[in-house]
Amino acid sequence: MGTKPYSTPEAIRVDDLYKSFGTHDVLKGVSLTALEGDVVAIIGGSGSGKSTMLRCINFLETPTSGQITIAGEPVAMRPDGTPADRRQLERIRQSLGMVFQSFNLWTHKTVLENLIEVPVHVMKCPRDAAIARARKLLARVGLAEKEAVYPAFLSGGQQQRAAIARALCMEPKAMLFDEPTSALDPELVGEVLQVIRALADEGRTMILVTHEMKFAREVASHVIYLHNGLIEEQGPPEALFGAPKSDRLKQFLKSVS
Amino acid sequence: MGPFDLLALEPPGWGGNLLRGLANSVQIAFGAFGLGLLIGTAGAYGKLYGGKITRDLLGLYTTIVRAVPELILILILYFAVTDLVNQMVLAMGGERIQISGVLAGIAVLGVVQGAYATEVLRGAILAVPPGQIEAARAMGMPPVKLAWRITLPAMLGFAIPGLANLWLIATKDTALLAVVGFNELTQETRQAAGATKAFFTFFLAAGAIYLVLTLVSSWGFARIEAWARRGEPRRSR
Repeated sequence: MGTKPYSTPEAIRVDDLYKSFGTHDVLKGVSLTALEGDVVAIIGGSGSGKSTMLRCINFLETPTSGQITIAGEPVAMRPDGTPADRRQLERIRQSLGMVFQSFNLWTHKTVLENLIEVPVHVMKCPRDAAIARARKLLARVGLAEKEAVYPAFLSGGQQQRAAIARALCMEPKAMLFDEPTSALDPELVGEVLQVIRALADEGRTMILVTHEMKFAREVASHVIYLHNGLIEEQGPPEALFGAPKSDRLKQFLKSVS
Repeated sequence: MGPFDLLALEPPGWGGNLLRGLANSVQIAFGAFGLGLLIGTAGAYGKLYGGKITRDLLGLYTTIVRAVPELILILILYFAVTDLVNQMVLAMGGERIQISGVLAGIAVLGVVQGAYATEVLRGAILAVPPGQIEAARAMGMPPVKLAWRITLPAMLGFAIPGLANLWLIATKDTALLAVVGFNELTQETRQAAGATKAFFTFFLAAGAIYLVLTLVSSWGFARIEAWARRGEPRRSR
């Protein structure tokens, strides 16, 4: 982050985020700033709160308190953390392309229909333009031949690439990846990482929750290590992976390598 | 007269009466099934996402309607509702009115179908993988659009077997409307049989008509289910 000029605008900002499920505190005050073009990787053990933190950014989880700001626009919240303005939230969600661990493609729609669903039926983009854009994206992720196929007939890696193309088809300002390769067979991980790497290389803003340490080290501009709902350590990947300071991070890196 | 003369479409044959009865039965079954789908969709969403009062009221509705025999419900709803409407009309200084048998039949059977459809559709909605709904929310889809474009099409495959049952029950429940003097297929059959004393011929004919109706319906529902499950790899169904 420090390498960016001050003029680079903020894409995603999380301030002092708390989240509890009942009496269980999952996030205990975490903050994050992603400037445009940043690739922020969130790493941490299971139960560290990393997925919850990502899911709070587009309010798939309701924060208990804190503030989310997308492209300079604070998301309106009620005192209990629930979104106060449904239309604002819908608009903001359209600017954040989310990719899930389990792909979550719509099984009753073909790959192409999955891609154009939101652009055509929610964002009111002309159908022809959406289809042209979708075909370009499918070619990019190597699925040009699969546009008329239903998701159940694709491999996991193909489904995840289609899901990435679906998110991109909304022309989002930033991408959120929630453990995008965790549900894949090992031999299919590479093809998905390759697509994500290409997005990072073209300067897309993204926040990536991942277990792939080697990948995080290669693509991230900033890495956050979460432990028990708090940021234990953060910094550029070389520092975090090359010279971890805290014992917990050292231990964690040893356990996953 | 032989059986074929008795079943001839033109009088003195009774075949035309039977077919008119069938048309009435199908008309009521269709209306009741449609009304039941509307009530069931609203009921399923209310039970799943409504507040406590909504859920309690819907629970009361589905419990009572499914607990009381349909014949009794039909008698209660038909006579009680007709009476109520008439008292209101009379109180406002109007003339006593005759409620159309078709509309009353559709309303009564629709309320019964709605209770069962609520449970069928609630189960089907719960069977939709939550991730598909979450993906739509994450992409900023408004709630009504999400229900119409994602949840309902995705749950259809799970709902069709239960809904096909409800449709077949609806076609046969129309026979219960005979007790309120409605000329559906069973009533027409009884009249024809009573007038000619050819009980065997007419009841066998009515049975055959119900069977054909069921076969055509099953074929139709199989087509709809195949379409609803178009995104699934083939497996034994």
